[in-house]
Amino acid sequence: MALLTEAEAKSLLQKVLSYSKADECEVNLVGGERGNIRYARNEVSTSGAMSTQTVQVRSSFGKKSGVAAIDELNDASLEKVVRRAEELAQLAPENPEYVSVLEPQQYLKSVGYFDSTAKITPAIRAEAVAKSLQESSKQKLAAAGFLEDFRGYSAMMNSKGLFAYYPSTNVNFSLTVRTDDGTGSGYVTRGYSDFSKLDTVSATKIAVQKCLGSVGARALEPGKYTVILEPTAAVVLLESIFSNLDARSADEGRSFLSKPGGKTKVGEKIVDERVTIYSDPTNPELPAAPWSGDGRAQEKINWIEKGVVKNMAYSRFWAQKKGVKAVPPPANVIMAGGTASLEDMIKSTQRGILVTKLWYIRSVDPQTLLLTGLTRDGTFYIENGKIKHPVKNFRFNESPVIMLNNLEALGKPERVVSTESTANYLIPPMKIREFTFSSLSDAV
Amino acid sequence: MRRRDFIQLSGLGMSALMGSSIPVLGNAVSVHHLLEPRADAALKKKLADVALNAAKSKGATYADVRIGRYLQQFIFTREMKVQNITNAESYGIGIRVIANGTWGFSATSDVRPEAIAKCAETAVAIAKANSKIQKEPVDLAPQKGVGDVSWQTPLKKNAFEVPVQEKIDLLMKVNDSAMKNGAGFVTSNLFFINEQKYFASTDGSYIDQDIHRIWPTFTVTAVDRQAGKFKTRDALSSPMGMGYEYLDGLASDKIPGPNGLISYRNSYDMVEDATVAARQAKEKLAAKSIQSGKYDLVLDPNHLGLTIHESVGHATELDRVLGYEANYAGTSFATLDKWKSKNFNYGSKLVNIVADKTQPLTLGTVAYDDEGVPGKEWDLIKDGILVNYQATRDQVKILGGTESNGCSYADNWDSIQFQRMPNVSLKPGTEKRSVSDMIKGVDKGIYIMGRGSYSIDQQRYNFQFGGQLFYEIKNGQIVGMLDDVAYQSNTQEFWNSCAQLCDKDDYRTFGSFFDGKGQPSQVSAVSHGCPTTRFNGVNVINTGRKI
Repeated sequence: MALLTEAEAKSLLQKVLSYSKADECEVNLVGGERGNIRYARNEVSTSGAMSTQTVQVRSSFGKKSGVAAIDELNDASLEKVVRRAEELAQLAPENPEYVSVLEPQQYLKSVGYFDSTAKITPAIRAEAVAKSLQESSKQKLAAAGFLEDFRGYSAMMNSKGLFAYYPSTNVNFSLTVRTDDGTGSGYVTRGYSDFSKLDTVSATKIAVQKCLGSVGARALEPGKYTVILEPTAAVVLLESIFSNLDARSADEGRSFLSKPGGKTKVGEKIVDERVTIYSDPTNPELPAAPWSGDGRAQEKINWIEKGVVKNMAYSRFWAQKKGVKAVPPPANVIMAGGTASLEDMIKSTQRGILVTKLWYIRSVDPQTLLLTGLTRDGTFYIENGKIKHPVKNFRFNESPVIMLNNLEALGKPERVVSTESTANYLIPPMKIREFTFSSLSDAV
Repeated sequence: MRRRDFIQLSGLGMSALMGSSIPVLGNAVSVHHLLEPRADAALKKKLADVALNAAKSKGATYADVRIGRYLQQFIFTREMKVQNITNAESYGIGIRVIANGTWGFSATSDVRPEAIAKCAETAVAIAKANSKIQKEPVDLAPQKGVGDVSWQTPLKKNAFEVPVQEKIDLLMKVNDSAMKNGAGFVTSNLFFINEQKYFASTDGSYIDQDIHRIWPTFTVTAVDRQAGKFKTRDALSSPMGMGYEYLDGLASDKIPGPNGLISYRNSYDMVEDATVAARQAKEKLAAKSIQSGKYDLVLDPNHLGLTIHESVGHATELDRVLGYEANYAGTSFATLDKWKSKNFNYGSKLVNIVADKTQPLTLGTVAYDDEGVPGKEWDLIKDGILVNYQATRDQVKILGGTESNGCSYADNWDSIQFQRMPNVSLKPGTEKRSVSDMIKGVDKGIYIMGRGSYSIDQQRYNFQFGGQLFYEIKNGQIVGMLDDVAYQSNTQEFWNSCAQLCDKDDYRTFGSFFDGKGQPSQVSAVSHGCPTTRFNGVNVINTGRKI
């Protein structure tokens, strides 16, 4: 299936809007192709390809809205989906929080589409995996992995003339290698917009190194330790901050950003002053759509700047009610860092634990963002600036807010894939003191 | 879908939903459209034969076809407002083949015969391409064709036939009751699913199934603005393999518990539960913070179901044991050598855990799985000993078996079927015992109800569970509510500390509606039955923190 160009998408959206008889109409169009290959025990287990295209129409009469979608793009189908949305709108109850569609907006330029990724074929996918398998089989390790690529676009238009279009590509690769006797396990994941940056062989070497290095893990007493979190481990904790930036919840007193007396923590320092967390859709390492699903412009914005909460995300309704700018939820998230490499951070550590991956992260208390989960696929004891030996996995109970108050050092940010959500971020490795490990796990 | 996604989903409007990972399938359609009758089985048989014949002619040695129409209606409300109503339909065909001893799969929403034939060819081509890195050919356990058969979830009221207004009225009543009883906020949701699945295979099976599921749920939040504190209490409902009759709230299905607490079996009173929930959420704001230590736990089925799911259900999935899920969900401590030894003490002698696809009113029950194997019941843990696993046709030979126990499932026509959990349930005790009887025997303990936070390692040893409601038991009496409670244990240690079971009158099912597994991730729905059960000397931690 060919992806629609900007001009083709525009003309299709104009056609859809020409069928509208509603007071207001907003049309979202998404299309894309996704291909994947999955393997385990050194063999392909499943693989597939899927293409999708969907037109979603939201029609409104006064404060009554209806939404309908269709995946056929011929004229009759497009008219049908508009009629259907209008029927649903007429039947819907009034939504007191309805906000009129947006006027045309100005968007930043963001380059997120790469031919190298768009042109991946099943053969290219299989070759990338075969190279990885060759590398892990040299050491007689059992490999299980997943490679998934995407090329697609999203576009929107509304009855006030707003138009937006954004094409993008992405490839995520993840790999777990284990020793045959199950005593060692290592992991690696890589995510890029540009497939030419993905080197499955060098990634595999890292997983192999962690796997072999994790054999013979010794038990350490649970307790509070200085930890170095590799970006893959850190991001799954930080994600709970990123997904809890909603202003309404904070205003309603049910967010970690709420504070006693009914106010929010905006303007307050909540973490170490070296912590700056921001969004920037134009970042070349992590390009993202410069507009949100309702057409709002995504701009560079600081959420936490030098430890201080600077901004929260708003729905357009809540922003209107509060009389503030309707900042949309982030399209991407970047945490600023320093220049130190992971090796530098290990060298400067007297006694600590290197955590390469965390697993099964769940919220324990939304009030404090307390999370629980476990270390996995390579956890190591550091003494006098050197990795001494692998350690058995721990369960932790820790809040990312407390963790970022106990910050010792930040390294150089790199693009990572969240093992929880599969979203990509730019996150530095970080050294944290007094990280709370509460029990031991026998899992390898 | 994971719980986190669900929370995001229930708090958002439609435009915000577009980018999130919710399992809304296919196209939004009108309510009327959801009631259109199922496609004629004879027509589906013709289309299925097109696929099977095309696959065989291109060199497939086996093929199966799933023609699926998947319907969903989800309703989301917040306080006195309807946030979103999703009516969705997804229709298409998925074709799976074995060629050159390797699996291949392809799917299409274009169900014209020529498109189906092309889709089958693609599946064969993918199988042949992948066979270059295949070492051992797929070896399927035999399954005799069952001919033309059909099955439907036994229903009293098809939820899709109930007018949307009636559903909204119910949720408004639920929310109103919560708000009047002290809730600061409330979200309530109804989920209805109908899978109309036609399965055909080169074994000679043509199976037409009509499967229904329902899940009513809510979250009540109580806020103390002055103190800057908030607490939530989720519904104590269970998702079920039932129609709208689950919401009848029959008095005969209410189980009175200690201290005026109410549990629900196969009929749920949502308004009553919301009323109680609001009062309990407020009570939680002032509840005593737990002192860490060892406690005897009395676990309600609506809580213990999730512990069974995580520590037994996932641990006994054969694909995990073998390493097929190593890169994501993980492997399992319940390795083949432990099973072969015939003396691995998974739990105490009281622990009898069965897998089934047959228990009435449950999420996992079907007549045939997604590779045409009839639903069965079998032991996983007998008198505390690990005796079996969950398997599909291509795995069962590893256990020395000659027939699959029917655990194949795909969440949509365009997903590849693979091994998914059947119902996994703990059998009730044979001695007469109520919850109140059980509590009377506990000196220092906690009675836990409802599903809360949950996390377990990738081999299913170490876990931590929270809950919705925690009551302190002292000298055989409930003395008050506790907060900041989570218990941590090791699967084998935990199940060996199982000391007492309530009897069959207390047996109820818990359900997981959006259980995630695989890459790309697929959801499935599964039930876990059990009675209230006592576990001795479990490690409890305090989860209270200040930020």
